[in-house]
Amino acid sequence: MSSSRRSAPAWLQAAPFTLVFALFLVLPLVLVAAVSFWKASDYELIPAFTAQNYLDAFSGCGKLFGGGELCVTLKTYLSTLKFCVLVWAITLVIGFAVAYFLAFHVRSVGAQTLLFILCTVPFWTSNVIRMISWVPLLGRNGVINQGLQAVGLIEAPLEWLLFSDFSVVLAFVHLYTMFMIVPMFNSMMRIDRALIEAARDSGASGWQTVWNVVVPLSRTGIIIGSIFVITIVMGDFVTIGVMGGQQIASVGKIIQVQTSYLQFPAAAANAVILLLVTLMMIWGLTRVVDIRKEL
Amino acid sequence: MSDSQPKSPTTNLQRRALIKGAAAAGGALAFPYVRAADPITLRYLGTAVNQDKAIAEKFKADTGITIQYIPVTTDDVTKRAVTAPNSFDLIDTEYFSLKKILPTGNLLGIDTKRIKNADKITTLFTKGEVAGKKVGDQGTAPKKVMYVASPTAKEFSATPTQFMTLIPTVYNADTLGIRPDLIKRPIESWKELLNPEFKGKAAILNIPSIGIMDAAMVVEAAGLYKYPDKGNMTKKEIDLTIKTLIEAKKAGQFRALWKDFNESVNLMASGEVVIQSMWSPAVTAVRTKGIACTFQPLKEGYRAWAAGFGVPKSVTGKKADAVYEFINWFLDGWAGAYLNRQGYYSAVLETAKAKMEAYEWAYWMEGKAATQDIKSPNGELLAKTGAVRDGGSYETRMGGIACWNAIMDENAYMVQKWNEFVAA
Repeated sequence: MSSSRRSAPAWLQAAPFTLVFALFLVLPLVLVAAVSFWKASDYELIPAFTAQNYLDAFSGCGKLFGGGELCVTLKTYLSTLKFCVLVWAITLVIGFAVAYFLAFHVRSVGAQTLLFILCTVPFWTSNVIRMISWVPLLGRNGVINQGLQAVGLIEAPLEWLLFSDFSVVLAFVHLYTMFMIVPMFNSMMRIDRALIEAARDSGASGWQTVWNVVVPLSRTGIIIGSIFVITIVMGDFVTIGVMGGQQIASVGKIIQVQTSYLQFPAAAANAVILLLVTLMMIWGLTRVVDIRKEL
Repeated sequence: MSDSQPKSPTTNLQRRALIKGAAAAGGALAFPYVRAADPITLRYLGTAVNQDKAIAEKFKADTGITIQYIPVTTDDVTKRAVTAPNSFDLIDTEYFSLKKILPTGNLLGIDTKRIKNADKITTLFTKGEVAGKKVGDQGTAPKKVMYVASPTAKEFSATPTQFMTLIPTVYNADTLGIRPDLIKRPIESWKELLNPEFKGKAAILNIPSIGIMDAAMVVEAAGLYKYPDKGNMTKKEIDLTIKTLIEAKKAGQFRALWKDFNESVNLMASGEVVIQSMWSPAVTAVRTKGIACTFQPLKEGYRAWAAGFGVPKSVTGKKADAVYEFINWFLDGWAGAYLNRQGYYSAVLETAKAKMEAYEWAYWMEGKAATQDIKSPNGELLAKTGAVRDGGSYETRMGGIACWNAIMDENAYMVQKWNEFVAA
């Protein structure tokens, strides 16, 4: 009794944000989940309870064990997961290197700020323009192919440079490394410099210091960055669409096509599945590191 | 080009009207400025391609009514018409979308007695004929969805009535676009899209309801199957069509799929693709860059589309009068001539002809060689003296229609299968 009275101000303080969350996050999600069980015709939604949307999403997946081809949904998730893993691994390595450089090798705050702003350059133009501008670079008659042909390294233009898995991963890495850099940089800046000195005094080599001191202490940054990158890549359909020549499927694209054809219940069902899959991945990550405790 | 993004002409006047309107309505209405006295602003929902700044400016100069463009994609026009019918005063939508919009009751039949040139609208829409000859009516041919029995009817009328669902704005017949300089041989059939000769250099558009029609043209041209109605396939027919596409995709036929007008221009201009489904203004856009591109007429015919003005039921009183005034003005010739000069076709040819130069009419509509340089409405050179329009005259081109953009009964299944094609 007394404890609840003492925490009343705390509840009050949390109330506005709770309300915002309830209104703009929880409620819409509940609606999406509800609609995913509805029926739809070409022009109206019919509130009813049916699991058909989920069955449709997984139609043909039962044949999985019959040695047949994978169903669309599983194939799409596998393809999206593949991008997720590739992009995550590459942005992690590049992001770590950049953040490490910014945090430990750039001494002045001014230079750090300047270099940080440089990292945001990819965000200065619109998403679509940025992606379309890859075409003259990577295309069949693009700069890279013409350059390689001119120096005689290749005879015919490389087709896989554009509209391929390669170009999709390239565009993702170009765009989202920043989301890795920022949280990792933040964690690294809070590492007590005395620890590094201590490691060095104890005879640790440069790599040993990085691996045994810096990496464990920037865990939270790594996990937060990973969550950013994974959630963005899982839900993305614009980058995969443009860089993959619209030929590579993504879960987001399926949802987008369905909403544009007013098949909201089917789209909602797919959205719920995507949400569950992504939440599971994030839950897995937070198992590795308890972010709340570490922050 | 017609694709310039229109600026919304929000002026002080408009804001004043809003305040006045709000005061007049006393806050009783959710959207008080709808009832504003003068001056009137019409919110025009449509795709950016059809929303030309010059048309809004000319209309404003002629009548004092402001047009406020709301440019969205084809799919979003339908979505808004179904889900948010209060968000516009005038809709410019494709005929095939009507199957989704009309049953919602969000559109009112247009009273043709209030449309001065209604009886002069081309027979392509009213009877499905060009110069007295029937054209292909597979898919959502406009004549099938042109009329309703009463303004509030939710079903189409099979016979002509006093009330039209949409008053046509622009229409055209689409075919494949090619790069003649890179292909170097004549292209005559839709089946060339899947010809292994163009492996890795072909593209198809990624708007399922239109892409499947292009695919059906290819399947039929290749002699794989003859559809009773390409615009309304059975599940089996959809399976067959998608299977053909998937096989081609797995063999590496497609360099890309495109969804946005600009993507198709980019693919063609950069030489990534030499043959693809294309839209007429996109071909023009490639050409204005000085790159050879032909909108190739094919022996199997064209896939046609048509768009028109619809009036939402939320529009009443003075606002409704203004909407009718705009539609009447649109059919009166100036706008028609403007559209014809962009390579589209206008609803009432007679009035448009009066506003075009004789040499322009001869080039655009009669398929004759240009006796002078042909320029776009904004003065860009489109064709040099002596050039002939792709596909020839209005009659040969529109007479060659094989099918129309459509929404199938099995639409949901088709979209599901299309996603399979994209994922393959």
